[in-house]
Amino acid sequence: MKTFPIGGIHPSDCKEYSKGAKIERFPVPATVTIPLSQHIGAPAVACVAKGDKVLVGQIIATAGGFVSSNIHSSVSGTVVAVEPKADAQGNMKPSITIAVEGDEWAEGIDRTDTVVKAINMSPKEIVDKIAAMGIVGMGGATFPTHVKLSVPDGKKAECLIINAVECEPYLTADYRVMLEQGERLLIGARILAKAIGVDKIYIGIENNKPDAIAHLTKLAGAYLEIEIVPLKMRYPQGGEKQLIAAVTGREVPSGKLPIDVGAVVQNVGTALAVYEAVAKNKPLIERVVTVTGSTLASPKNLLVRIGTPMSALVEYSGGIDGIGKVIAGGPMMGRAVSNLDAPVTKGTSGVLLMPTQESLRKAEGSCIRCAKCVEACPMGLEPYLLSALTQQNDYDQLEAHYIADCIECGCCTFSCPSYLPLLDWVRIGKAEVMKRMRERSQKK
Amino acid sequence: MESQKLVISPAPHVHGSNDTRRMMGDVLIALLPALVVSVLVYGLQAFVVVAFSVACCVLVEWFVQKFIFKRPSTLGDLSAIVTGVLLGFNLPANMPLGLIAIGAVVAIGVAKMTYGGLGKNLFNPALVARVFLLVAFPVAMTTFPEATGAVSGATPLALAKESLKAGVPVGEVMQSVDLASMSLGMKSGSLGEISVVALLIGFGWLLVRRVISWHIPVCVLGTMALFSSITWLCAPEEYMSPLFHLLSGGAVLGAVYMATDYVTSPMTKKGMVVYGVGIGLITMLIRLWGPYPEGMSFAILIMNSVVPLIDKYIRPRRFGSVKSK
Repeated sequence: MKTFPIGGIHPSDCKEYSKGAKIERFPVPATVTIPLSQHIGAPAVACVAKGDKVLVGQIIATAGGFVSSNIHSSVSGTVVAVEPKADAQGNMKPSITIAVEGDEWAEGIDRTDTVVKAINMSPKEIVDKIAAMGIVGMGGATFPTHVKLSVPDGKKAECLIINAVECEPYLTADYRVMLEQGERLLIGARILAKAIGVDKIYIGIENNKPDAIAHLTKLAGAYLEIEIVPLKMRYPQGGEKQLIAAVTGREVPSGKLPIDVGAVVQNVGTALAVYEAVAKNKPLIERVVTVTGSTLASPKNLLVRIGTPMSALVEYSGGIDGIGKVIAGGPMMGRAVSNLDAPVTKGTSGVLLMPTQESLRKAEGSCIRCAKCVEACPMGLEPYLLSALTQQNDYDQLEAHYIADCIECGCCTFSCPSYLPLLDWVRIGKAEVMKRMRERSQKK
Repeated sequence: MESQKLVISPAPHVHGSNDTRRMMGDVLIALLPALVVSVLVYGLQAFVVVAFSVACCVLVEWFVQKFIFKRPSTLGDLSAIVTGVLLGFNLPANMPLGLIAIGAVVAIGVAKMTYGGLGKNLFNPALVARVFLLVAFPVAMTTFPEATGAVSGATPLALAKESLKAGVPVGEVMQSVDLASMSLGMKSGSLGEISVVALLIGFGWLLVRRVISWHIPVCVLGTMALFSSITWLCAPEEYMSPLFHLLSGGAVLGAVYMATDYVTSPMTKKGMVVYGVGIGLITMLIRLWGPYPEGMSFAILIMNSVVPLIDKYIRPRRFGSVKSK
């Protein structure tokens, strides 16, 4: 069975908590806070003001450049503030706050359950539609989807890869989408393939989800261009470069992009959002969020309106008694939340509640040169060395040892038997090296 | 909602089940069968040597941490105990206790703590102590007690070396050794090296628990086998057989338990191969043509000193560094 070539780890997948829970619609909250920057790139620019009435699906902020994204209201009601609000980490970010009144949807959005299979738009129309509907990568990186679909001159896309790996432990949002919305997911993938002009679609799924593999393989029987690729379970298979290597055997070289090996990768959630945008004219205003944790009475997969405070999800799942840490996303790459009033955004794949005793790090020991981090690094780097060089502020050496290749997957810290915070140091070093590389390229 | 009591830290938020203590614990478990054999062969004195060596190593590390470094105790990582057992394994079963104490001071005090403690030392602490004792107290280090088995006196390697030097043909030397009982432990030697079978059982445990990989042991022993096969095939009357070399002396103890010390071995698999081959080669050169019957300790220490160089020039394969299909 296929997998990526170097490194990787096997964390317990902990998906059993929420994998059986069908996607439920979460009630619309009383207020939503919608940040203007929920994507990589320039923040969107608000096009509503305090006091304006808005409808569900109405555009409330327009893309602030090519690498940016439109933002739509996820509720109907009155704009009560356009001002900075604290995000999940407590940083003040420009946001639009809306007090909810009823649930009035903007015109032209097809809210029926009818599955629309026909793809009538041209590739350019599809990309424009996806940009207009504010679709971004929903696996967590939130890169604007229309940018990824705009293949640069001189490059050629050869295949579309749907990232159905969901290798983060605990998370089951994509898994539930595959089981419950499989047909729509496949149509979304075909729309994406048409947009980039390829006739080969791979859907990479790890073998810890045999039912999803079976279900999608059956559905994909109707489409010759779609191939379901079962992958051997291993983290971080959902990393873009790892997935491309696992599926096609091609390795994206250092500093290059997936398109340089002819691949475009989109996540399951994104493909579903693309289906809804293109076939149903529905903007990205809600997403599936896994709310889970080992101590929760009933972990869930919830369809949540963007802007819903995480506290509403946490309360719904039993509150934070005995909870030491709340994580937006999965336990390997997700971010710890300090402000539970912060909203669910386009990139929030899960809310993980970790019990107190699992929340604290253990005391650091000394590096014993066991090389477990070198063995685990999926990019073939030497985390122990990068960590040490960062502590010595040796940025030239850090660059020479390819710190910029680090995908911050956390395999090194996970496998360190001395509990060294390797990735913490590597992030610091990488940020500085990337800054220097940018400055250098600007000077040229 | 009340959130001030939440823990904030960067990802990853989960950790693997592996830690230093567990790995060192696995090494100790792996060493148990060999200890049992040496007690069976040499009696309780073998156990006393190992226990005393462990006690001295632990005491020295505790002392240095508390009174010189003034840092919290690091005994919990069990590495001092591992060094203690390995030092004990490298001594004759009738080693005077005072000399063991000196060995422990050299191992932990000099070879480990002067560099800054666990992870910082260039040379394997137990081996530095062994070589120090061998040079400083050669008689005590090469006088082996009567075993409960039939064998006594010189080690097979020393016996072979002396006999061959005196012109005795290999065939006659081989009459005095029985390879089958040698592999079980019925031979003279340092107390931990005598039973190859017991040591290999421990090797299996270390592989199953993924404490070490196969690379270093297989490369050390493979190189020794290859090298001794060549000399043996070229001149079977002058050189001992490869099997004799693998079963005698500290070949397996060194290859599996000493050369694989994390701190003093390379960080990449390719580096481990180079390092392992180097150890095998140097061991055979010393055994066949050097002044000492056994060369394993010297070979490991010499290759320890090359490790920084190996790590500098042999790097892991980076993702994307091969030409795409």
